Amino acid sequence: MAILITEETRVVLQGLSGRIGQFHAQEMIEYGTKVVAGVTPGKGGSTVLNRPVFNTMREAVAETGAEASLLFVPPAGAADAMMEAAEAGIRTAVCVTDGIPAQDMMRVKRFLRRFPRERKMRLIGPNCAGIISPGKGFMGIMPPHIYIPGRVGIVGRSGTLGYEAASQMQALGIGVSSSIGIGGDPINGSSFRDILELFEADPETDAVMMIGEIGGPQEAEAAVFARDHMTKPVAAYIAGLAAPKGRQMGHAGAIISAFGESAQEKVALLSACGIDVAPNPSAMGDTVARMLSQTSKAA
Amino acid sequence: MDIHEHQAKEILAQFGVPVPTGGLAFSPEQAAFRCRELGGGRCVVKAQVHSGGRGEAGGVKLCNGDAEVRDYAAKLLGTSIVTKQTTAQGKRVDRLWVEEASQIARELYLGFVLDRKTERIMILASGHGGMEIEDLAENDPDSLIRMVIDPAAGLAEYQARELAFGLGLEGKQIGQMVTVLKACYRAYRDLDAMMVEINPLVVCEDGSLVALDAKMSFDTNALFRRPTVAALRDPGQEDPRESFAADHGLAYVGLDGDIGCIINGAGLAMASMDMIQLAGGEPANFLDIGGGASPERVCQAFRTVLSDRNVSVILVNIFAGINRCDWIANGVIQAYKEVGIKIPVVVRLSGTNVEAGRKLIK
Repeated sequence: MAILITEETRVVLQGLSGRIGQFHAQEMIEYGTKVVAGVTPGKGGSTVLNRPVFNTMREAVAETGAEASLLFVPPAGAADAMMEAAEAGIRTAVCVTDGIPAQDMMRVKRFLRRFPRERKMRLIGPNCAGIISPGKGFMGIMPPHIYIPGRVGIVGRSGTLGYEAASQMQALGIGVSSSIGIGGDPINGSSFRDILELFEADPETDAVMMIGEIGGPQEAEAAVFARDHMTKPVAAYIAGLAAPKGRQMGHAGAIISAFGESAQEKVALLSACGIDVAPNPSAMGDTVARMLSQTSKAA
Repeated sequence: MDIHEHQAKEILAQFGVPVPTGGLAFSPEQAAFRCRELGGGRCVVKAQVHSGGRGEAGGVKLCNGDAEVRDYAAKLLGTSIVTKQTTAQGKRVDRLWVEEASQIARELYLGFVLDRKTERIMILASGHGGMEIEDLAENDPDSLIRMVIDPAAGLAEYQARELAFGLGLEGKQIGQMVTVLKACYRAYRDLDAMMVEINPLVVCEDGSLVALDAKMSFDTNALFRRPTVAALRDPGQEDPRESFAADHGLAYVGLDGDIGCIINGAGLAMASMDMIQLAGGEPANFLDIGGGASPERVCQAFRTVLSDRNVSVILVNIFAGINRCDWIANGVIQAYKEVGIKIPVVVRLSGTNVEAGRKLIK
């Protein structure tokens, strides 16, 4: 089953005609992902990689039955493209774009609330590496060969740290059910907590590795959720112990501006909620292995 | 992106916030002239630097007459002000704001921020102004009023009234406060701000409200559609290394250590800094080369890191997804040729096209 993407998921690419869109679409198709169409306004009627390109999301969904969308749309038009996807009936949208104005995201989140629960779009990102269910399919920009199929879920803000975790786990023979990048922006479509909920409900996931960083309240909320509502164990790593206060560390959201937003405070809070926190990024794989061996002992 | 107090006041005044009359000065003569323009009596001279806490650091002075203004301006211009918010080098004072002195009866705090919990614009206000918001939150948390604005409806009048009454304002001040709040909200929304702060917002002895200080910062992701805001950038207030890096598509933050870092991805960059510190070293910088980095960009990254004289060794740590290890490797080689690297460089490559990258480095 995995979460958010399987071998059955029909994917449309918003921005397929661009150079970057085409490069990653090619990789996704080679991996076995069901890429069914592209949407580029003004390029309707053409084909890219043998897939039809449409002018609007509404047409693409009506003609191909696409249920998921991957966005490679430049920052100025990204918010609009997300809203178009939601209106067209897309269930899961993944936005890779970095550099979207914060108030555009505020508007998108407000827009998504107008849909009833049963047809509300789940947004992942923006400014994220994407999502992958190893052996089944992926939507995003990650190198897929570093993930082996398995039963541990990964959720993280940073793309590269997600790769680190997956390749360390691969070296230890630990596989991944799904890996979800939620992105480094201050306002994102899905929070750590949202993804933990999905992993908790997924029968093919046994445990979760959560990779957080400085800035924002989401890691703390997720830790409380894990303590109060999860039966599956969660391990974590928090980046930014050496980051100074008040300086933005690359990601628009990676800035310590309030109490509880430093890495030290987050590590303390997560530990207090019973989450095993890796002391450094090269110990992520070992921490997952320890979590799994403790679970099997308990069982 | 931060702007100066006088720029923030000008913007807020355009939206309808009352501000004291004043003028800008780049020389002692000009400052004295501004004082005479205001009547030649008591006036306030304020150093224009991108930092809070200027008052405590000696950057604000109430002067009596143009001679005193000239003396103070001569002493201040060209120096650097070190506040608790700046680095040890401080911020250079190139311009002064000279404004009329206000008769203060009460000081209030007013701030608009992006609240990450509700993912909306939030107003923070307190009847105890003048303190930094961090100190307010720590010493007087009960005085803080928080109000969240629905982006679809905007700031409702009743919310603004509720806030005004909550601060203990009365009579005509309620209407004035509603005007100030709506003006700040519109400025925040229409110009893609990330922060608007009036601290203090004062109640004068005649009962009127005036923004005595003002701070605004803007969403750099939105500058492409706010050319008038982008034009307010003052490179003189920025770390030159950070400006150079930003102009070349690199996210760079200068730190105090000696181990230079060139990394891809903000998360891996932070994690690499953490590991350096855990191993007993100190990182000289944060640097994310971004996605799809060309050899030229990698080469610029070396230039940026090497412009810090404290750097004695460089760590290149790449886990390529959207990047390509062969491009990175070509960038390293180009940097050796063009920049002339005399210190040790440690390169770690992993991910997309790693074999091609390693071969090139060898």
